[in-house]
Amino acid sequence: MDFGSHAGFIFASYGLCLLTILALIAWVRFDKAHQDRSLRELAEQGITRARPENESKNAR
Amino acid sequence: MAFWDYANPTRFLKLVQVLLPWLVGLCVIFFAAGLYMSFFMAPEDYQQGNTVRIMYIHVPAAWLSMMCYSVMALSSIGTLVWKHPLADVSAKSAAPIGAAFTFMALVTGSLWGKPMWGTYWVWDARLTSVLVLLIMYLGLMTLWRTMEDPIKAGKAAAVLTLVGALNLPVIKFSVDWWNTLHQPASVVRMDGPTIHPDILWPLMVMATAFTLFFFVIHLMAMRNEIMRRRVRALRLRAAASSHPGTAAATAQPAE
Amino acid sequence: MTGWAMALFQRDLRLSIRVGGSALVGVLFFLAVVTVIPFGVGPDLNLLARIGPAILWIGALLATLLGLDRLFQADRDDGTLDLMLMAGRPMELVVLIKCLAHWIATGLPLVIAAPLLAIFLNIDPIAMGAVTLTLLVGTPALTLIGAIGASLTVSLRRGGLLLAVLVIPLAIPVLIFGVSAADAAIHDPVPFLTPFLILCALSLIAAVIGPVASAAALRFTAD
Repeated sequence: MDFGSHAGFIFASYGLCLLTILALIAWVRFDKAHQDRSLRELAEQGITRARPENESKNAR
Repeated sequence: MAFWDYANPTRFLKLVQVLLPWLVGLCVIFFAAGLYMSFFMAPEDYQQGNTVRIMYIHVPAAWLSMMCYSVMALSSIGTLVWKHPLADVSAKSAAPIGAAFTFMALVTGSLWGKPMWGTYWVWDARLTSVLVLLIMYLGLMTLWRTMEDPIKAGKAAAVLTLVGALNLPVIKFSVDWWNTLHQPASVVRMDGPTIHPDILWPLMVMATAFTLFFFVIHLMAMRNEIMRRRVRALRLRAAASSHPGTAAATAQPAE
Repeated sequence: MTGWAMALFQRDLRLSIRVGGSALVGVLFFLAVVTVIPFGVGPDLNLLARIGPAILWIGALLATLLGLDRLFQADRDDGTLDLMLMAGRPMELVVLIKCLAHWIATGLPLVIAAPLLAIFLNIDPIAMGAVTLTLLVGTPALTLIGAIGASLTVSLRRGGLLLAVLVIPLAIPVLIFGVSAADAAIHDPVPFLTPFLILCALSLIAAVIGPVASAAALRFTAD
């Protein structure tokens, strides 16, 4: 369909919104991967949250 | 009662695990429907032609920039009054999302303005207040980043968020006042009850899609933040046990 | 005023006026900002007269922001702030008194300097009086709002820049109504009293929100 003479503006704004949304998703995914990796590395060194009952403060 | 049950981060993470797939599915459905409606079903505006389609992302983004601040303000009350352990996690992870939506609202508003007003930027009352809101989001994010201890940073940011929440209506009012003083209202007004149902429906669907998207990202960011704090706590404990001599200095870095 | 409040007020005032204090640096900075503006916009006296009130207000805002990190920093560094927190006096009142002393040492000199600097900017006598009056009413609001930022960034090593970023959005209403009131006195789109009374109201609101929020922030950073 035809979007008239201002098609560029419409697609630019939709495109930029899409980019921002993708950036947010990417931020969340990469952050999660990073934290997962850190937790795994710590677990390999033998540092885990193995004592949840008396170390419950560290859960945060 | 349920509110307090999820004060336990582990239980909260389980809830997120159950909730997320449903939210993602709903969000995708609403986005598909909303995009279809706004591109193929919504009519052209008789004055603005096809540029009115920018509204279907501009207005939801602007709405979310406000809602995100409200979520942060409520979370700040949760931090300061009830000391709910997830409240500052919620406030911290909402700030970047709010900044992203505010940025989105500014960019789409500016791209909408170019064909309508002839320039990318006018010092219109609403655009200006949204710009101020963006500065506040970025300032809050900087405050979070500069403080090492998440609990203290959470309290400081909560105070600033609440002061900002009290100030936002004043800023809005004064910017409106300043604007009417300096330039007569020549801007095309898109709000008000005169909006036609053919335009309103796609707008509502898109707004719902954006809101669902906010909750999806917010829950995921909160999960990341909880994990980040676990990593930090584990690292501190590891450091304390491997260097007993410096343990006191390492365990309380913010002192 | 009770004894301890008066003692605190006099102590703060004396500290900021003494050699180590930075009270007069603010006025010098104000002078520097106002001097530098004509180099940017050109020496056209008509233009300067038109934007003069705005220049004076922005200069005063920047000078106030520059001095704000001194509000709690020295007291925190030597531990006085912790003593004040433990003394059992209402912290809100302590903050209010410290702000008052800080304003007299740094804000009042700006107000006094404003008419002199107005001569440089070719502002006519009525507007000169109006700008000075709005600065007199408005600068306490800037100090009180700034106290929130100062107490939030007090524990940071280089908090001055962040302080300015945090405070400027909150200071926008004060700037708008201060400049509007001064402009209204020269060429009147609205009567002078309307924006001026709103400016007074903003200062009074800041006198409530500022100390309460600032005291809360100080308590949280201490424990």
